[in-house]
Amino acid sequence: MTRYSIFSLARNAIGYHRSWPRAWRSPEPAPTYDVVIVGGGGHGLATAYYLAKEHDVGRIAVLEKSWLGGGNTGRNTTIIRSNYLWDESAHLYEKALQLYEGLSRELNFNIMLSQRGVLNLAHNEHDLKEMSRRVRAIRLNGIDSEILDPAGVKTEVPIINIAGDVRYPILGASLQRRGGVARHDAVAWGFARAADARGVDIIQNCEVTGIEIANGRIRGLRTSRGTIATKKVALVAAGHSSVLAAMAGLRLPIESHPLQAMVSEPIKPVLNSVVMSNTVHVYVSQSDKGELVIGAGIDGFNSYAQRGSFQVVESQMGALLELFPIFSRLRMLRQWGGIVDVCPDASPVVGKTPVDGLYINCGWGTGGFKATPASGWAFAHTIARDEPHELNAPFTLERFSTGALIDEHGAAAVAH
Amino acid sequence: MLLIPCPWCGHRDESEFTCGGEAHIQRPPDPAALDDAEWADYVFMRTNPKGRHRERWCHSHGCGRWFNVERHTVTHDIVAVYRMGETPPDDGDVDGS
Repeated sequence: MTRYSIFSLARNAIGYHRSWPRAWRSPEPAPTYDVVIVGGGGHGLATAYYLAKEHDVGRIAVLEKSWLGGGNTGRNTTIIRSNYLWDESAHLYEKALQLYEGLSRELNFNIMLSQRGVLNLAHNEHDLKEMSRRVRAIRLNGIDSEILDPAGVKTEVPIINIAGDVRYPILGASLQRRGGVARHDAVAWGFARAADARGVDIIQNCEVTGIEIANGRIRGLRTSRGTIATKKVALVAAGHSSVLAAMAGLRLPIESHPLQAMVSEPIKPVLNSVVMSNTVHVYVSQSDKGELVIGAGIDGFNSYAQRGSFQVVESQMGALLELFPIFSRLRMLRQWGGIVDVCPDASPVVGKTPVDGLYINCGWGTGGFKATPASGWAFAHTIARDEPHELNAPFTLERFSTGALIDEHGAAAVAH
Repeated sequence: MLLIPCPWCGHRDESEFTCGGEAHIQRPPDPAALDDAEWADYVFMRTNPKGRHRERWCHSHGCGRWFNVERHTVTHDIVAVYRMGETPPDDGDVDGS
């Protein structure tokens, strides 16, 4: 792997940038691997990278049915934060944030992490009390979080409307200053390039069509590019998790829903933080290009179509204008949808399955991007050791039978 | 946006409706006889097919009644609409795409 640096940039500039090497190989699938990861999004690629780096498991492949990071990794609103209520989630998401903080250097790939601060707004008495409880719980876990009054919100975000004459006035906010955004594509590409450099075969345009199981053990996979024998399969397929699990005869506590987002036309810098509101259902930040990146809540029905309905967009715009009347004449440039895997307790499933050698990482729902490095870190440990890391030990499939749910609807149901 | 044919009110915009998720999940007749895994299957596990899906909808901003819809989860085509308690139309492989 050619290291990216100011010197390699200068050297290639002299050659008119004609001799940059490919960032990763495009190998033919081998007949056997020791571990096969199904799903070439951020989580799958992070899993492959940490498996290759931290564990000695032999040959690893990542199978992606279309192109790398073409699903939810390239469709989210790129927000990173770790202000979760429960200890289990707080530890997992904080690990992710800490890994993100060193990731550009670790991967030798600029993921453009920008810790510009994330505000979660409160609009009524209940919001204020809930926020107060959350901020204290978060601080007890050693994670930075603070409370702002409306004047403090106005100082952080001068264009926001804190007037009291609207239906949902802004009464305060919690702020995580270490939160922010990162370039989502770069996270996928950085992990892919670093995993490839450690010998992982990344195979695109390779769709899994069947899972071969004998005597309760994984034997291999049938794919659109032939059969692959392996003893360990890791499913990291987000919206398509139920489809893959069904190939192994498993049912999941997951429903797939569209989650829509959009960007505006680019404007000069006006918004320096990430602003989220669970009550009025919108979250917004401004990209380096100047576009506002705006996200909504999920569409109510099950879908695999990567598009949603217009009334969700409409209510998202209504909420945005309630917070920022200044945006009323801004035009929207692009709108899209991704298929998110929603769990009943709004927490992921990362761990083993009843089939020996079959591991699953799914259920991140509307907020998986922020967890990408920790998800891969913990899942790699689970696959290599055949037992969960302490970070993902609470996030088992069995919790739905034991009742030890991790209810993060307050942190995760709307805002990402 | 979906155009949903309510069995009582006719075609209306999706914004008048609430989706109630997978249909035909029956409460086990003797819940005490189930073990934890079977109860979890009833409460939490879902078919979530990529293809035709039978689901419940409520015309919450209209007549307020619940009914069943069979809809394709990729094309969003509504294949059938039938009232609560009615037998779903027998059209073969529902879960397949």
